[in-house]
Order: sequence, then C-alpha cells, then structure tokens
Amino acid sequence: MSNRFPASFSAALAGSAIALALASGAMAQTKSSALLPAREGAKTWTPPKTADGVPDISGIFTNSVVTPLERPKDLGAKEFFTAEEADAYAKKQLAVKEATGPGTYNDVHYDMAQFGLEKKQNKVAASIRTSLIVGPEGRVPALLPEAQKRQAAKAALNRGHEFDGPENRGMAERCIIWGAEGPPMLPIGYNSNLQIVQGEGYVAIMQEMIHDVRIIPTDGRPHAPSNIRELLGDSRGHWEGNTLVVDTTNFTDRNPFRGSGENLHVVERFTRTDPDTVLYQFTVDDPTTWATAWSAEVPMTKIDGPIFEYACHEGNYGMPNNLSGARADEKKLAEKK
Amino acid sequence: MKNWFGSSRIALLALCAVSTSVFPLAAQTSAYKPVRTADGKPDLNGIWEALSSANWDIQPHASSAGPVSSLAADFAVPPGIGIVEGNEIPYLPAALEQKKKNFANRFVDDPEIKCFLPGVPRAEYMPYPFQIVQSPKTVMFTYEYDSAVRVVNIGPPTPAPVDSWMGWSAGKWEGDTLVIDVTGQNGKTWFDRAGDFHSSSLHVVERFTPRSADTLMYEATIEDPKVFSRPWKISLPLYRHVEKNAQLLEFKCVEYAEELMYGHLRKHPKGSSEESK
Repeated sequence: MSNRFPASFSAALAGSAIALALASGAMAQTKSSALLPAREGAKTWTPPKTADGVPDISGIFTNSVVTPLERPKDLGAKEFFTAEEADAYAKKQLAVKEATGPGTYNDVHYDMAQFGLEKKQNKVAASIRTSLIVGPEGRVPALLPEAQKRQAAKAALNRGHEFDGPENRGMAERCIIWGAEGPPMLPIGYNSNLQIVQGEGYVAIMQEMIHDVRIIPTDGRPHAPSNIRELLGDSRGHWEGNTLVVDTTNFTDRNPFRGSGENLHVVERFTRTDPDTVLYQFTVDDPTTWATAWSAEVPMTKIDGPIFEYACHEGNYGMPNNLSGARADEKKLAEKK
Repeated sequence: MKNWFGSSRIALLALCAVSTSVFPLAAQTSAYKPVRTADGKPDLNGIWEALSSANWDIQPHASSAGPVSSLAADFAVPPGIGIVEGNEIPYLPAALEQKKKNFANRFVDDPEIKCFLPGVPRAEYMPYPFQIVQSPKTVMFTYEYDSAVRVVNIGPPTPAPVDSWMGWSAGKWEGDTLVIDVTGQNGKTWFDRAGDFHSSSLHVVERFTPRSADTLMYEATIEDPKVFSRPWKISLPLYRHVEKNAQLLEFKCVEYAEELMYGHLRKHPKGSSEESK
C-alpha cells in the first residue's frame, strides 16, 4: 500500500482553490446551487471524455480528508482557511497519534500503522474548507422535533438490550452496510477508497467498505417502485455539462443518515476538476428530519489502488465475541446473586 | 449502445447484403457479430443471469427433496442436465472423499448458506442477476447476491496481491471473447450446493463470448492440481435481462444468516420460553 502515502499536502493545496472555483461554476446550474456560496473565476480545464462521449470521472479514489464534516464551533462563520492556515490545520490533524495503550483499538486489534491504515499514512486531498458542510452555518441543521422523537424512540427500544442479539448491534458491526457508505458517501476512519467505472449508460461506484457497488443508470429511467426501499437507496444519474448528477430516493428507515428517515433525498454531483481530482458535492433533504436542506463537498483524490476486498461478514469475529461476552457477563452476574 | 444505431448500422446492413449474396451459406452460418462499444470491443454491458440449476449441482442430477420438509415443493432441488464437459469432475482420490463428505453435509457446510462471497465461477451461475459495467481498462462484475463484486483489469495477469473470496481477475480480448484469468481465491468457496470444491490453488480461465444480442456463452477451464487430476471445463449460456426497467436490487443476505450463525448466542434464543419477553 505504498501508493497511499501522502504527496506534499502544501503542493496539492495550490490546486484546490481552482477546484473549488470550478465546482461553483458547475453548481450554478442547479436549484441546489443557492445553498452553496457563489464563487467567481471558473477555469477552463476540460476533462477528458469516455469513448462514448461523456465526461470521464473513472478511476480509483480516496475521499479521505482532514476536514471535519461540521465546522468546529470556535471557527464561527469562517468557511475557508487561508492556504497557510489550512496547511497548519492539516499538519496538526495528521500528527494526531492513534492511542496505543491497553484497551485501545491498536492494543486489542493491531497496530494500524503496520498496515498503512493511519490517516497520516494515506493520501489526503487538500482543501481550504473549515468544514465539509458548506455555507455560513457549517453544521448539520438541528433535528426537527419529530426526528428527535423518532431517534429517541429507537434508542429507548434498544436501551438495556444492546447485546441481546445480532439485530441489536449496529449495521456496520453486523457487516450489512458501513456507516459512511451513504449516499451521501463520506470519508471514514480508514479504507476511505472507492472505484468508479463507466459503462455505456451506467456509472458504477464500488466502495471498499463493505464491497458495495452503486450502479447508477444514466438513461433517464424513473426511480424503482416506491415500495422498494434499500439501504443504499435507488440512484438515477444524468449529465449536466461536465458533472454527473445523481438523484437518490427509496431509502429505508433502518440506516439513518444523521437522524434521517426513509424520506431522505440525496442529490450528488461529481465533477472532475483536474486529472487527479473529482469534486464530490451533495445536498440532502428530508422534510421529516430537517427544516432545511444542507450541502457539503468532499474532494476525492486519485490513488493507485487496487482496492482490496473487504470481506467483513466472512471474518466477523466481533459479533459472536460481543454476544458470547455478554452471555458470559450475565452468567457471572447470576452466579453472584 | 447508441452507436449501433444510425448511419453505421445502415453501412453494416449494406455490407451484410453484399456478403450474403456472395457467400450465401457462409454468411448465414458464420459467428454472430456482436454489438460493439464505442472503443470497438464487443459490448457486454448489461444485466445477465444463468437459466440453470447448476448452483444446486454443476453435474447432471435428478430432482430431489429439499432440506426443509415443511417447505416441500417450494424448496425442492430442481433437476439439471449439468454444465460440466463430459459430466465427470476429475477429483483426486482424497478430494473425492472430501466431496462426498461435503455432499453429506451440504445443507450445513455450503458457504452460500452463511451468505459468504461466492467466488468464481459460482458467482456466474447463481440464480441471481449480475451486471457487467464495461470500460476499456476495467470491467466491473457486480452480483445481486450478497452485493458481491469483482474488478477485472484489462491487461496481462499479475500475481494476486492477497488471497480473497472473489479472487484476482485479469482480462484480455481474444477476438470477440473476453478471456479472464482468475487466481488468488482463498479456497473457502464451493462450486455449488452439492459440495463440489477446490483449494486455494484454483486457477480459472473464463471466456465470455457474445452468441446473440441477448445471450453470452460462458465457458471456464478449471485447474487445481491439489484437488483435480487434470483441468476440466464448464459451459453454459447467460441470458440478458431485457426488461426495460431491469436493475440489480439489494440482496444483502447477511442478515438472513444471523439467526443461523449467532442465534445460539442470543440472550433469549428463538423458541425458548424467554423469547417473547
């Protein structure tokens, strides 16, 4: 995995301002653009086309970033760092050492650094953003009362039963879907890698965690029937200039995104802004969860790959260990009585 | 496939007309000329599925009762003429014993029961659709079953960087055939529900050849000196899902395997007097 070591962050940063400016030009074409700050000065770099004539956004990418989804509160409405501030911030983030003491992940599982899984060992796309969420707020809007109720009810149902059976564990621990798969697709702790392949009339996006592929038809067909609800939703794409726009609906309420319900609606925009970068932007809305839609953007940067098979379920020792551990604890407790 | 329509098609038809008049017999019996992608390769893009009971048993087999008597006809084993060339699998003696054991325990030990990734070639003839997304450098095979996937890199085979369930695939075009060399499988998958198996030395060479607008011929040569005395072959057609709204849906069977795999670790095992609490 030597390919995943970082190039100079500062050097990469120079290109990012251009990428941001270009992306804002593309965003202006949609209604969601109102949610994003307008910036001037779009550059005229023309992305290559596939053999069948659509913009070529294919490749192996990481969406690993040092930028948090939500802006740290002390930064207030400051949406962008200066280049120097961004560089210093990135250095600070990448210098954070994973804990190695007894009981930590590194202690119980393995030294993450040994496998090149620590963030500082990975290629990271540069950004001058202070948060992935765009706009002056820089934070996920507050949950509506009904969403809070929904979330609380769910939590209450599981409280005290966290280890009763596999269904009480999280989707990722069950190896059904990883938390950041989305859509919207966000970086996670490690293996934030994805591969985009384009066939005529389709774009396929494979995410390393957990080997899920989103197959996005671009032939204008309607969404699947509304009673088909899926963990990754039902995606339909079309091209707007150099941008792939993907509309996803038909979610379930079993895999909430930041408290969302099954009415979650995600619009993603993929724009290749330079040979090594695809700017990934998304807007999410769910009238049963937030009062307003909100948007974020994540620069995805090319890596050499390959993407390895994350056979999660096949090697899931965590689930039986957690359940049998809980049973052992219960037995001990009963014996004490 | 829009390139297929339009002026190029008329030109092609004209060419066909000429060749038919000159070589009437040859033209009618010659191999199918596949639709091509914009880069000139046969277009394998689409959603495909085997129409076969090979996933139950790749060898010829009569129908038999299913594993759950209460589900009777619904889950009985459908018969099949088999997909193995010459019908016999050339197991080495010790491997044949293992296959017999596997068969006896098939309703327990088949990795499919646990929703494990299926490996190659089994993924190609499981009773679920799969989609090929084809680009000049990369062909992605995505399977509905268990969200399985493999990436075929077009280029000479390279050593598998690590063993995996779905293996390491390198593809090349031989005429109109996509030939895929698959190595690096971990030896934990089976060929079918009848216990046919292999080791991690498995080497599969697959051939996907368009045989009509909506069918592909699938052939695979299987080599594993630890399990078989010689290479052997399977072949079967794959059919295109021609429905306008065809699409792969989620078949995340992991959760359907949880009771089987972890049910005994529940606080209140199913069927126990505590279950309803």
